[in-house]
Amino acid sequence: MTTEILIAGFGGQGVLFAGKFLAYKALLENKQLSWLPSYGPEMRGGTANCSVIISDEPVGSPIVSKPDVLIVMNLPSLDKYEDAVVPGGKIFVDSTLIERKVNRTDVDVYYIPATKLANDIEAPTLANMIMIGKVIKETGVVPYDNIDKALDKVVSARKAALKEINFKALDTGYNN
Amino acid sequence: MAIVFEKPKSLTDAPLHYCPGCTHGIIHRLVAQAIDELGIEGRTIGVAPVGCAVMAYNYFSCDMVEAAHGRAPAVATGLKRSLPENIIFTYQGDGDLASIGMAETVHSATRNENITIIFVNNAIYGMTGGQMAPTSLPGQVTQTSPYGRDVTTAGFPIRICELLSTLDGPEYIERVAVNNVKNIKQAQKAIKKAFENQVNGKGFSLIEVVSSCPTNWGMTPDDALRWIDEKMIPYYPLGVYKDRSAKEGE
Amino acid sequence: MAEKVLMKGNEAIAEAAIRAGCLHYFGYPITPQTELAAYMAKRMPKIEGGVFLQAESEIAAINMVYGVASTGKRVMTSSSSPGVSLKQEGISYIAGADLPALIVNVQRGGPGLGGIQPSQSDYFQATKGGGHGDYHLIVLTPASVQEMADLTGLAFDLADKYRMPAMLLADGTMGQMMEPVELPETAPEMIEKPWAVTGTQMKRKHNIINSLYLVPDELEKMNFERYERYKQVEANETRYEEYMMDDAEICVVAFGIAARVSRNAVVEARKQGIKAGLIRPITIWPFPKDAIAKAATHCKEIISVELSMGQMIEDIALSAECKVPVTLCNRAGGMIPSPDQVFDAIKKAAGGNE
Repeated sequence: MTTEILIAGFGGQGVLFAGKFLAYKALLENKQLSWLPSYGPEMRGGTANCSVIISDEPVGSPIVSKPDVLIVMNLPSLDKYEDAVVPGGKIFVDSTLIERKVNRTDVDVYYIPATKLANDIEAPTLANMIMIGKVIKETGVVPYDNIDKALDKVVSARKAALKEINFKALDTGYNN
Repeated sequence: MAIVFEKPKSLTDAPLHYCPGCTHGIIHRLVAQAIDELGIEGRTIGVAPVGCAVMAYNYFSCDMVEAAHGRAPAVATGLKRSLPENIIFTYQGDGDLASIGMAETVHSATRNENITIIFVNNAIYGMTGGQMAPTSLPGQVTQTSPYGRDVTTAGFPIRICELLSTLDGPEYIERVAVNNVKNIKQAQKAIKKAFENQVNGKGFSLIEVVSSCPTNWGMTPDDALRWIDEKMIPYYPLGVYKDRSAKEGE
Repeated sequence: MAEKVLMKGNEAIAEAAIRAGCLHYFGYPITPQTELAAYMAKRMPKIEGGVFLQAESEIAAINMVYGVASTGKRVMTSSSSPGVSLKQEGISYIAGADLPALIVNVQRGGPGLGGIQPSQSDYFQATKGGGHGDYHLIVLTPASVQEMADLTGLAFDLADKYRMPAMLLADGTMGQMMEPVELPETAPEMIEKPWAVTGTQMKRKHNIINSLYLVPDELEKMNFERYERYKQVEANETRYEEYMMDDAEICVVAFGIAARVSRNAVVEARKQGIKAGLIRPITIWPFPKDAIAKAATHCKEIISVELSMGQMIEDIALSAECKVPVTLCNRAGGMIPSPDQVFDAIKKAAGGNE
């Protein structure tokens, strides 16, 4: 079983961080994985995306060109990647920031008002983690058990408060 | 029988290849003498340049490294960072240090690398047969300035001591000459001090030695030494340009 | 067994180098290898004897490497394509003075300033010398973050063993991606380097590190001796990986990121009943000539997949000795071939002679 995930949005929305978190969780589950960011000046304020592949087999190409799972945090990303998703794949849309609906009818679509929910829990920068919570719930690509252990890997020990709020965001998404 | 004169131990027995009347031999001797007097030969590593002194690695009996043109201060930086207890010196000409290696010179100085640089300024590229150097004087005739150095197209000579002494980094900068006994005595002191500074961990020391090139200047050795007094020294005044420890001691 | 950690390829090189006993790093900022320098800047000051120095230029950096290498210690620099061009002078001197050192090139598109996206267009530069004169580097090409670490350690060992510079030729993708990696926990054994300049201590004749031989007889002798050593490297150190090659009719040759993409295409081809296989050179100098020659005896076409306008294809064609057609499947300028593109090339090759 191999799941190819593409996460895309504006720079600063935590797209790379969200991918990194998924990658660490997969590592803790002894999965094979790769994480590949877009890089360069475009990261600053422009569009950012990252490819995450989680598999039971060694990962071949780390570049996701036909995602099984697409997570989009802005409209340009939905426009750009909607058609690339494999038939039967899943698209997760931050519906606070993306007003239009997905055109594809051969994929499962999940609309999550992630940015609004993030504001509601007073974690305005964590819409990314709300999306990830929902992705874990709907795809099962990694189990939700011991999710805080993966947070330990991406949030430094000195920032315990941050860990708590990340956990809250994940939970909000998972239970949405 | 009392020995009144002998070759410094830090020089090998290899015969020098320099032209008759060239002052490189004197400067080699002054460097070797400083190494001998400080008793540091066993822990000294020299870096030879590209230029007339390229084969200096055959003449000094300490360990030697031959560097690419202009890169001696970078090589010396690597040596010193690897072996901080060793004494590292470079021996470079004007084309090497002030033209192609200017960046390495300036940056090793500003980092205050604890190394010693012997900079031989004879206002010409000797090894390649007498081309214009960054330190060739205005109007000086060379193979590549056959009508004399025209400052409107070739720019002005670079005064390295003055330039480097504007930096906060370096410890010691002095210009000396080797065209008469008095100047050689002063050069001897300066070169020894430049090594002593390194032994004492004080940092970057550069001694510019105003030197002659009778062959490529087209002069007799004697005339060349006079030309140093008449033309070179007025443009490149001798003296101490920076001595941080002395200043702090005031 | 050591715990697996997630690391970027660039960071894995840095940590593996430190664990291989490399305590001296000299570099100059350039995308996409910056994480490597940043990692060194953070770690080296915390290690006894560790040196990180941001040089004034790539030229200075490689000459600082020359200095440390002269003292017999393990030393490295890293850069990306335009910066590696600047280092060529120093690399030639390091090769000419028979010094071991590691140069990492995390390639980006060129020529000129080019771009910052991944490329393999420095293949010629890396494998054919790069600088002036007759010389080679041992060139290792990692295709995973694990290999970024493993081949770093190997590069230092081989450089020391054969007294020659080694290059790790990666690309922007390999540098930027994260994968689980297991790092070595034991320090390697270091070999004696009696040729090093460390000060005579007045106990031996002076050592000279040099590449100048004004008498042509002597210079020729040095070159001949060096090439004898290169022959040993070719005989002992050629490395490659084969995948599904036993019964392959179509042979894909690719290294680094191109090999990762090609593997997907080979898997797809096999699913569709096409007997495709992959040869992945791990060293591109020495080049796995014998593996290619063997493939040429039982495959009907060899496809070179490259992120360049076709450079490795020349070595493949030489190795295949005109026995089978050798074709190119490529993208350039920072673009990466897709598995589909490689699969289509395989399909075309398979159908071509039916």
